[in-house]
Amino acid sequence: MGAKSLLSHSFRIAWKDLLELFRNRLGLIMLVLMPIFMMAMVGFIYPSNNSISNVPIALANQDLGFGNSTVASQTFITILQQINNSTGMMTLSNASSLDEIRSLVQKGEVDGGIVIPSNFTSSIMSGEQGTVIIVTDQSNPQTSATIQVVLNGVFDQMGTMLAQQKVQSLNPAINASTALAIVKPYDIKTEGAVSGHSGYFDFIAPGIMAMTVMMSVMTGLPAAISQEKEVGTLDGMMVAPINRLSIILGKTLAQTARGLLQGVLILALSVILFGVSIQGNILLVFGLLLLGVFSFVGLGVVITSFAKDQETAMMLMMTLMFPMMFLSGVFFPIQQMPWYMQAVSKFLPLTYASTALRKVMVLGAGIPEIATELTVLIVFGVIMTAIAVPVFRRAMTR
Amino acid sequence: MIEVKNLTKMFNDFVAVDSISFDVKKGEIFGLLGPNGAGKSTTIRMLCTLSRPTKGTATIGGYDIVKNDTEVRKLVGIVSEKMIMYNRLTARENLFFFGNLFSIPKNVLNKRIDDLLELVQLTKWKNSQVGTFSSGMRQRMNVIRALLNMPQVLFLDEPTLGLDPQSTVEIREFIKKINRENETTILITTHMMGEADLLCDSIGIIDHGKIVALDTSTNLKRMISGANTTILKLEIANLTPDLIATIRALKCVETVSQENSTHLKIHAHGDDAFDTIIDAIRAKKTKIDSIENLQPTLEDVFLHITGHEVRDAANQKMPLSNHRHFAPQARVR
Repeated sequence: MGAKSLLSHSFRIAWKDLLELFRNRLGLIMLVLMPIFMMAMVGFIYPSNNSISNVPIALANQDLGFGNSTVASQTFITILQQINNSTGMMTLSNASSLDEIRSLVQKGEVDGGIVIPSNFTSSIMSGEQGTVIIVTDQSNPQTSATIQVVLNGVFDQMGTMLAQQKVQSLNPAINASTALAIVKPYDIKTEGAVSGHSGYFDFIAPGIMAMTVMMSVMTGLPAAISQEKEVGTLDGMMVAPINRLSIILGKTLAQTARGLLQGVLILALSVILFGVSIQGNILLVFGLLLLGVFSFVGLGVVITSFAKDQETAMMLMMTLMFPMMFLSGVFFPIQQMPWYMQAVSKFLPLTYASTALRKVMVLGAGIPEIATELTVLIVFGVIMTAIAVPVFRRAMTR
Repeated sequence: MIEVKNLTKMFNDFVAVDSISFDVKKGEIFGLLGPNGAGKSTTIRMLCTLSRPTKGTATIGGYDIVKNDTEVRKLVGIVSEKMIMYNRLTARENLFFFGNLFSIPKNVLNKRIDDLLELVQLTKWKNSQVGTFSSGMRQRMNVIRALLNMPQVLFLDEPTLGLDPQSTVEIREFIKKINRENETTILITTHMMGEADLLCDSIGIIDHGKIVALDTSTNLKRMISGANTTILKLEIANLTPDLIATIRALKCVETVSQENSTHLKIHAHGDDAFDTIIDAIRAKKTKIDSIENLQPTLEDVFLHITGHEVRDAANQKMPLSNHRHFAPQARVR
C-alpha cells in the first residue's frame, strides 16, 4: 500500500468521476454556460466611466454681454463643445431659461442643464468671478457627478487659457508654454504600474476566475461524496482495500479538473470579449488556481464529513459561499470596506487567491511579489487538510 | 471463517446490535433471519468494516475487523441492499472500475469480468449503461461486482429484495453455485423465512438486535416438534364462532387462527393434541372436509421463540442512523 497505489487508485476514481460527468449531457452544458453567464453578468451590469455617453444636457445662454461683446460665454461654449466632441459624453441642446431646464429635467427629456447667467461676460470683464449654474437631476447622482467633473474641466482649461493670455499680454516676450508654466506650475500625469489601460474588468476578471475554480471544488466535492453516500456506491469504494485518502484525492482531482476547465473558459472569454490582457506568467496563473484549490479542499472535506446527505451539504456550502463571494474582494476592493469587514476578509483564502491572481494578471507580478499570499494559501491549505483527513476517516466508518 | 464475539453497535442511546456472538465455518452458508430493523444490516456493515463496532470483536479469516481492516477488505465481498453501481457507466466500465480498486492485474481482471458477465448472462449488455437495466439485471450486476476479488467470504444483504419470483430463483441458484464451486463462505440476511430455509446451512434468528436462536434449519424446526407442537389446518364447511370458541377452550390448544370462511389453523401441544381436537369437533357433529398435519416452518419457529410474528419492527424502534435512509419500499413477502 505505497504511494504508488494510492495515486493509481486516486486516478481511477477521478477518471470514473469525469467519465460520469461527461456522460451527463445537461450537466456538461451547464458547466460551460455557468462561467459565460457569470462573465456576461459582471461584465455588463457594472457601470464604467466610458459607459456614460450622449447624456442629454440643456444649455441656456442668458449672457447679455459687456458692451456688445459676449466673448466669455462664447469661449466657454466653444471649449465645452471641444471637450465634448472628443469624449462624446453629452448631447447638448438649447434652452431659454433656468425654469425651462428644470421642467425639462422633470419631464425626463434631459438629464441636466447648464445656465450661463446674464452678467457672465460683464462680471469677468469687470474683474469679478464668472459664475455658471449647473442644474442636476438629483434622482440620478451618477450623471450629475459626471457633468460636474466635465464642467470643472472646462473651467479649469478656460481659466488657464485666460491667465495665460493675460501673462502674455503683460509681457509679450514670454512664449506660450512659459506662460502656462507660470499660471499652472503643477501638472498631474497618471500612469499605471504597467503600460496600457486598465478598467473595472481587469480588476474583476482574476477574482472571478479564482472564485469559480475554488467554489466549484468546494461545492463539487461535498456534493459528489454525499451523493455517493446517499446512493450507496461509496460503500463499494470503502469496502475495497484502498487507502481512504485516495477517495478524497480522486474526487478532488476530478473536481479540480472540472473547476480548471471553467477557469480556462473564463480566461478565454475575458481575453476575447473584454480585452483583458495577462501581464504575468500564464503558468503562474494556473499554479495559483491550483494552490487556491488546495487551500479550499480541506474545508470541503470537513463539510462532507459533517453533512449526512447532499441537501445538508449544499446548504452548508451556500451559507459559507455568499459571504466569501462578497467579502474576499472579488467584486469590490477590500480597502473600501469598513474595518470589521476587512478583518473578516483576512480569514478567507479566496481573498489571498484573488489578490495574488490580480497582481499576476494585471500587474505582471512574479513569485517574489506574491510571496505573502502564497504563504497564507499554503498555510491555510496545510491546516485545513490536517484537520480534514482524520475527520473524514472517522466520519466514513461511523 | 467468521467469528463474532459480543458484537455491539449503538447509535446514540439506541442499541441496534446487542452483544451478538456466532461462528461461521468455511464453506458454510449462514443466514441471519429477522424482521426489518432487527440489526441484520448493521451487523453486516460492521463485519465488512463499513461501520465500527461500539463493543465486542469479530474476526474474518483470522483478521480483526477493526485492527486489520485492510486485510479483511481483501477477503470479503458485499452485496448490499443498495445497488453499488454507477448508472452512467456501462456494465464493463463499472466492473473494471471496482476491479481496479482491488489492484487486480489488467489481463486477469478482463478475463474475470468476461467470465462473470457470461455467468449471469449479461455479456450481451456489457457495453450498455447500467442505468438502463431492469432491477433483475441490476441485482445480478450487483452480485457479480462483489465477486470480482474472488472473496472468501461473501456478505449478502437481502439479495432478493424487490425482485420478481423468476429473478429471485435465479439469484438463489447463483448463490448456491458460488458456494458449491468456490467454497465461498456466505453470510446472508433475509426476512424471508422460506429463503433462509432453502439456502442456509445454519441460521441465526435475530430480533431487537439480539440473536434469539442459533442452529441448523432442521434443528430449529425440531425445537418445535420436540416441544410436542402440532399444527393442524382444517377445512370445515359450516364454521361457526361457537365451534371456534370450543376449540380455543381446549387445554392443549395454543392459538387458533381463522384463515378464511372455511379454514382454521390450530397450534397445539401435548401428545394427544391431535385426537383431542378431532374429538371435540366430532362431538359437535361437525363434518371435517379435509385435514392437514403441517410440518413446522421457520415462521412457526420465529413465532414460537419471539412470541410475535415476523413483521416490520422498523417504524416503532429504528431511529435514523447515519448510513440508512428509509425510503418507502415495497417489500415482497
